Amino acid sequence: MEPKILAQFRALLPAAAVITRPEELYTYECDGLTNFRVRPDAVFLPSSTPEVQSILRVCHEHHIPFVARGSGTGLSGGSLPVEGGVVIGMNRMSRILEVDLENGIMVVEPGVINLNVTAAAASRNYFYAPDPSSQQICSIGGNVAENAGGAHCLKYGFTTTHVRGLEVVLPDGSLVHLGGKAPDAPGYDLCGVFVGSEGTLGIATKIILRLVKRPERVQILLAAFHSTHDAGGAVSEIIAAGILPAAIEMMDRLSIQAAEAAVHPHYPDCHSLLLVELDGPGAEVESLMAEVKDICARCGAWELRVAQSVAERAAFWKGRKAAFAAMGRIASNYIVQDGVIPRTALPVVLGEIERLSAEVGLRVANVFHAGDGNLHPLVLFDRAVEGQAHAAEELAFRIVELCVKAGGSITGEHGVGEEKKKYMSVMFAEPDLETMQRVRCAFDPLQLSNPTKVFPRPRLCGEKTGEYVPHPLETSGQAQFF
Amino acid sequence: MISREEQEKYPAAAAPENPSAEIAAIVGVDHIRDAAASDAVAGVAPAKVIEPGSAVEFSGVLAVADRSGLAVLPRGGGTKSDWGNPPRRADAVVSTRRLNRILEHAWGDLTLSVEAGCTISQVQAALAEHGQRLAIDPLWPERATVGGILATNDSGSLRTRFGSLRDLIIGITVALPNGVLARSGGKVVKNVAGYDLPKLNTGALGTLGVITQAVFRLHGLPRESRSVSFGSNSLEKICARMNAVRDSNLSYTSLQVRASGEGNYRLDLLWEGTPEGIATQDRELSALTGDLQSADPDGCWSTRESLWDQKGAPRAVVKVSILPMELANFCATLESSCKAARSIAWEIVFQSPGVGLLRIEEDESRLVDTLTRLRAHAEKSSGSLVVLSAPPEIRERFDAWGDPSDALPLMRAVKQQLDPHGILNPGRFVGGI
Repeated sequence: MEPKILAQFRALLPAAAVITRPEELYTYECDGLTNFRVRPDAVFLPSSTPEVQSILRVCHEHHIPFVARGSGTGLSGGSLPVEGGVVIGMNRMSRILEVDLENGIMVVEPGVINLNVTAAAASRNYFYAPDPSSQQICSIGGNVAENAGGAHCLKYGFTTTHVRGLEVVLPDGSLVHLGGKAPDAPGYDLCGVFVGSEGTLGIATKIILRLVKRPERVQILLAAFHSTHDAGGAVSEIIAAGILPAAIEMMDRLSIQAAEAAVHPHYPDCHSLLLVELDGPGAEVESLMAEVKDICARCGAWELRVAQSVAERAAFWKGRKAAFAAMGRIASNYIVQDGVIPRTALPVVLGEIERLSAEVGLRVANVFHAGDGNLHPLVLFDRAVEGQAHAAEELAFRIVELCVKAGGSITGEHGVGEEKKKYMSVMFAEPDLETMQRVRCAFDPLQLSNPTKVFPRPRLCGEKTGEYVPHPLETSGQAQFF
Repeated sequence: MISREEQEKYPAAAAPENPSAEIAAIVGVDHIRDAAASDAVAGVAPAKVIEPGSAVEFSGVLAVADRSGLAVLPRGGGTKSDWGNPPRRADAVVSTRRLNRILEHAWGDLTLSVEAGCTISQVQAALAEHGQRLAIDPLWPERATVGGILATNDSGSLRTRFGSLRDLIIGITVALPNGVLARSGGKVVKNVAGYDLPKLNTGALGTLGVITQAVFRLHGLPRESRSVSFGSNSLEKICARMNAVRDSNLSYTSLQVRASGEGNYRLDLLWEGTPEGIATQDRELSALTGDLQSADPDGCWSTRESLWDQKGAPRAVVKVSILPMELANFCATLESSCKAARSIAWEIVFQSPGVGLLRIEEDESRLVDTLTRLRAHAEKSSGSLVVLSAPPEIRERFDAWGDPSDALPLMRAVKQQLDPHGILNPGRFVGGI
């Protein structure tokens, strides 16, 4: 970055909020997806909305691309820096601004950690429903950018269901308020558009969250099966019976072994297990749990355990939530995919993944949100073995393709980011993507906000002021002017 | 509102000489007709009514309209045609009447793909065959269509438990003025690929494109359901009990408050679940509602529709959105404003804690003042007041939407990107969009 521009940034922020030393910039090279790395020109750590505004104004003036970053736990490279750009770390904006439990809402800054929201709401028995496995560390701002999910989204919905309103700094530095505290604010639901836009529309600086009342009773069942096929059958039957559990999670043999080695949840030694959590009124949970146990037994479950205490329930979840990290116990490297399929396609797609895995000669562990068909196949490989990394990427892509062919999606909760933008054309036609990019142009005509993510090809916005100079992407044939 | 400068910046391609003929060639001569008096929208009469037979025909019609600068008013069942501001211009109504197929009920996956012109009753009847439903209970389900309820964002009282339409729609196909059919979202309940255009189009009043198809997540029909109603002559008491229920961990499906100038206040609650669950919860509920009188719940969930009845006096029906704890305050302002203005009658149904429909019968000269006062109260406490139906004289003097906040320029920019010539429902949405 030109020293003159850097000086302009320095004038806006305290010295400790500007990071430019190469060894310190390493921290920001990547997010949870570590195989993509770009070193940013600088990192800024604003403490207030006006600071964010003034940073973006300078970026706008000099056409400097920026990437906002929360805790950096994203798994699709969403907060991967952009070449020649800056990173804006939102962690210092971590205040809970307003707790209004009587109305079931809370106003927070983006750096607040997910689990802290629930902690702040606990006194009146409220909780914040979206629970990504990284909830102890991930930030609400990041959750908003990615529309984060989690195991309990099956019943309670995703981040977008729980965000009522936003204060957003647009890429030109201006401030807008989208949505509001009360539902159905007049006008377009731009809050709904912003959530899940992966940082491409601006930076959220305040978030109005909706809280949910804790159910009277929570019960979790662990069911062990001889095969994923049997377990998948049980999932379908539970849904067909009209039961909506709070969560249904499935793990296969490989992921059970890895979790067992890492955090010792004492799962049964089985080929496949289901975790089925029911919540609601006590009497209802009890009668439905009896039904779920019957269904699982009928579908071939050979061991059924209902957690008898809060501690036991936590232990059941521990293995599941640690599953990704536990892969290190059984493989040196892995790629995690996030494809979604219609639930009913589960047996076919799992069979096909098995076949592909055998064909390529790489192991694939499966751990997923079975209730909503969100697979997390983990392709295991060893980077030290020549060609394996490439083969693993290829296999991961074929699995995603499989999901789309089955009527599903390339991503259920991790986001498109850098990693999956090349898959977007598998799922959407060109006019679909072009229409989305038109919306992007309304927010960010200069395309400065996380510009290289989500879309396979950037679309230039119709900025026709001044003399027309072709964009380099245009002359190189990578982009088209509309 | 698209300014003249903006229109010149994006000049239309050569306009067809005879757009009607070109449209007739797309939809067939039998599906374009002269408009009748009953086709008027909020008092503005269009020239033609066009009924395309497919999504592709829709995009073709919009492309011709766009090139010719024809103002197009999308219409489903026509039950809420007068919601929003009157259109600035009206050349043609385009109706989704012929897009009335249920495309796929994937009952094992709890999803539904449906064309926009299907009525809600038609959808629910088909889903019920497999013990499922779309968890909404909008106004006039026999006539209201999927596209219409989405455009107007009418969810009903089930939203308390299941969320509103924005939380249930998972995919959409929209015909755009540039002749494109754009799809976003998908057919699976969990999906974060690309922007959430289903939400953008929900509640957009057809100003960004015409919804031709939607995909929803479904829920099972309840095993058992039971409605209970309580009455009191004290509004404070009703609101206090509503909040006690909200603060409990009872698992209710709907929670409704009704109030009127006649001094009858009601609290309605819908239980859904297993017989055991309902029985025990109902007992717990009586501990919270002990000092209220038990009332007849019959018809309480469709009573909203009667707010539109014509009883002779001029009346306005508005949608009020406020925080649940503000409900009692708002009703107090309502009561005092109506008393001061000597209103003939008023009635409000909060179909969920915070979202209500209000009918006021009052002399036209005073109605605007009353609405202004109520809107000020709602907006001051982080809410809104939106006019759904009102006499033309009121429409002229009182904007339907109120303050769209500092996001209005951004909303206009979105409109500009998707409908640059402003042909879709011109002038009907917030800020003159």
